[in-house]
Amino acid sequence: MTTPQNPLGTELHKALFSKPESDVPALTNRFRVDLYRWMCLTRTLDDTMVTMWKQGRGLGGTFSGRGHEAISVAMAMALEPDDVIAPMHRDVGSYLVRGMTPARVFGNLLGRETGPSGGRDANLHGMGDLSLGIVGYVSHIPQQLPLSLGVAMSFKYRGEPRVALTVCGDGGTTTGPYHESLNMAALYQAPLVLIVENNKYAYSTPLHQQMATFAIAERAAGYGLNAVSEDGNDVEAMYLCVKAAVERAREGGGASVIEARTMRMLGHAIHDGAEYVPKELLEKWEARDPLVLYRRRLLQEGRAKPAQLEEIEAWAQAEIEQAVAEAEAAPFPDPGTVTDRVYA
Amino acid sequence: MRQLTYLQAISEGIAHEMERDPDVLVLGEDVGGEFGGAFKVTKGLAARFGDQRVLNTPLAEQSFIGMANGMAIMGLRPIIEVQFADFISTGFDSIVQSAATIHYRFGAQVPWVIRAPSDGGIRSGPFHSQNPEAWFVHTPGLKVVAPSNPANAKGLLCSAVRDPNPVVYFEAKPLYRSLRGPVPEGEHLTPIGEAEVVREGHHLTIVAYGAQVTQALSAAVTLGAEGIEAEVVDLRTLKPLDFDTVADSVTRTSRLLVVHSANRMVGVGAEVAARVAEECFDWLDAPVTRLGGLDTPVPFSPPLEDAYRPDAPKIVAAARRLVAY
Repeated sequence: MTTPQNPLGTELHKALFSKPESDVPALTNRFRVDLYRWMCLTRTLDDTMVTMWKQGRGLGGTFSGRGHEAISVAMAMALEPDDVIAPMHRDVGSYLVRGMTPARVFGNLLGRETGPSGGRDANLHGMGDLSLGIVGYVSHIPQQLPLSLGVAMSFKYRGEPRVALTVCGDGGTTTGPYHESLNMAALYQAPLVLIVENNKYAYSTPLHQQMATFAIAERAAGYGLNAVSEDGNDVEAMYLCVKAAVERAREGGGASVIEARTMRMLGHAIHDGAEYVPKELLEKWEARDPLVLYRRRLLQEGRAKPAQLEEIEAWAQAEIEQAVAEAEAAPFPDPGTVTDRVYA
Repeated sequence: MRQLTYLQAISEGIAHEMERDPDVLVLGEDVGGEFGGAFKVTKGLAARFGDQRVLNTPLAEQSFIGMANGMAIMGLRPIIEVQFADFISTGFDSIVQSAATIHYRFGAQVPWVIRAPSDGGIRSGPFHSQNPEAWFVHTPGLKVVAPSNPANAKGLLCSAVRDPNPVVYFEAKPLYRSLRGPVPEGEHLTPIGEAEVVREGHHLTIVAYGAQVTQALSAAVTLGAEGIEAEVVDLRTLKPLDFDTVADSVTRTSRLLVVHSANRMVGVGAEVAARVAEECFDWLDAPVTRLGGLDTPVPFSPPLEDAYRPDAPKIVAAARRLVAY
């Protein structure tokens, strides 16, 4: 199986997203190091979570976002504080960037009262906190897409310069509401950005068994949306692409769909060994690990010194260890509260 | 008091809420422009409140209800019209999986109302006659109401719009133009979660809702002429169910007949009957009886639909058997 090609996507990118060289925002070295910092925190959280679950210290199942760090960090970094994001279960980086602490994330993973769902929802689902502009994830993909369209429409209704951003996978693109919502997003010129994390698999089903052509961006363009395909493992490219889409939406230029090409590096969920994924495919993408790529680039381009990045890596490790300790010490919810919150 | 039809009362309730609160909007198929909906419930609203607040949608129930979820968590109060209650199944995920669970899962409120024109008896066949309320009564996190007359049609509509939870509002389309009644002008709220005793009696209790309340009241008149005094309880809200009012009545009459147009199988009547069996057993002098639609799709041809659906003569017959037990 090969990486899907989107020749037209490149053209669309040129036509719709490229600005004159002088208009491309210059990323400061400090910002670049921040991108790395968030990716590093995200990966450390993910690695720690996977280890804990394998050790039997977890609760129920969980989902790794390994390989998706560039996407989840870039899309959250491209938003303003008043914008709203509805991430998925492989987007822990988005939660962290928006201000959800790793201790709260682990609180949710471990079913504690301190998690954003207060023990109501499982693993990386339901981790919403509207005070941080985050909508909790629901399994029925892409339910978050019409919901985010509605968030965007509320901004339009009130004339607020705000943007809604959401995510689905390649699997989400084959559903009915995906197409309904894209049609409506274009029809209503909604300030909405959708990232399609094309990670090549919907559970065990590879892309070529899901769709006859891999033209995800082109299909979106067919609805009258701004659409582009981008390298989801290149954090700077993702950031610039999402930023352009977000600002276009904010300025009244309508909704965008960004296909982020990446690879799901572990199974669908923690129990899944993903033996159905060809080894060569994983090896190919392992060589394109977003953290490894970016670390190398920062050093090669002289954006950061090795000691600086090592310090970040040690910081991330300490942060996550502290978060796990906090979450494991946190109380479980009181069973007497089980019916609380069914109604507002 | 001035009289309005059931349909006029709903329209007036919507306009009243839109006038009162700029966050209230209407959306759905064909609701906007000069057309004003398949049944004309929203006619005139677009001219009065503008296209943005009376938003026409494409055919896409799952996504326009999903869109309303997003509007609602941001504080807008959408009133969603699904053209016929039968089509609500197309939007099921957005209602049952998303809207109903959002507050439980992460504390955001979803203050929308879905208006679902339901019920039959008007020769409209399997896909324009359904009463799918049990699906939603079975779903934690939703509220479900079923107005029975013009006054509570307006009052429940206004209460539903102001409720911080998702409310599914089943309006009985056979009553749209056939039922007129007094409706208070201006502010008028019918509380959600309260049943009403609409006729007092001491021989049996008839619990009904929606269009079957009219049938039950008509049956009670016939029964009264025979010396059988039926008490009629209009549930008005199906979730949360006001069981106290039902229990209070049953403990006085000792006989219960539950009636609804929806099929009997696992319907609202089954829940009412089960709770009466659990909580009022000592007071009962006869088995709890249910009348409802048959366990078939809603048939089209008049003899078939009449065989399917409860009505006043069937209520009278069931009540006689219950009292004679």
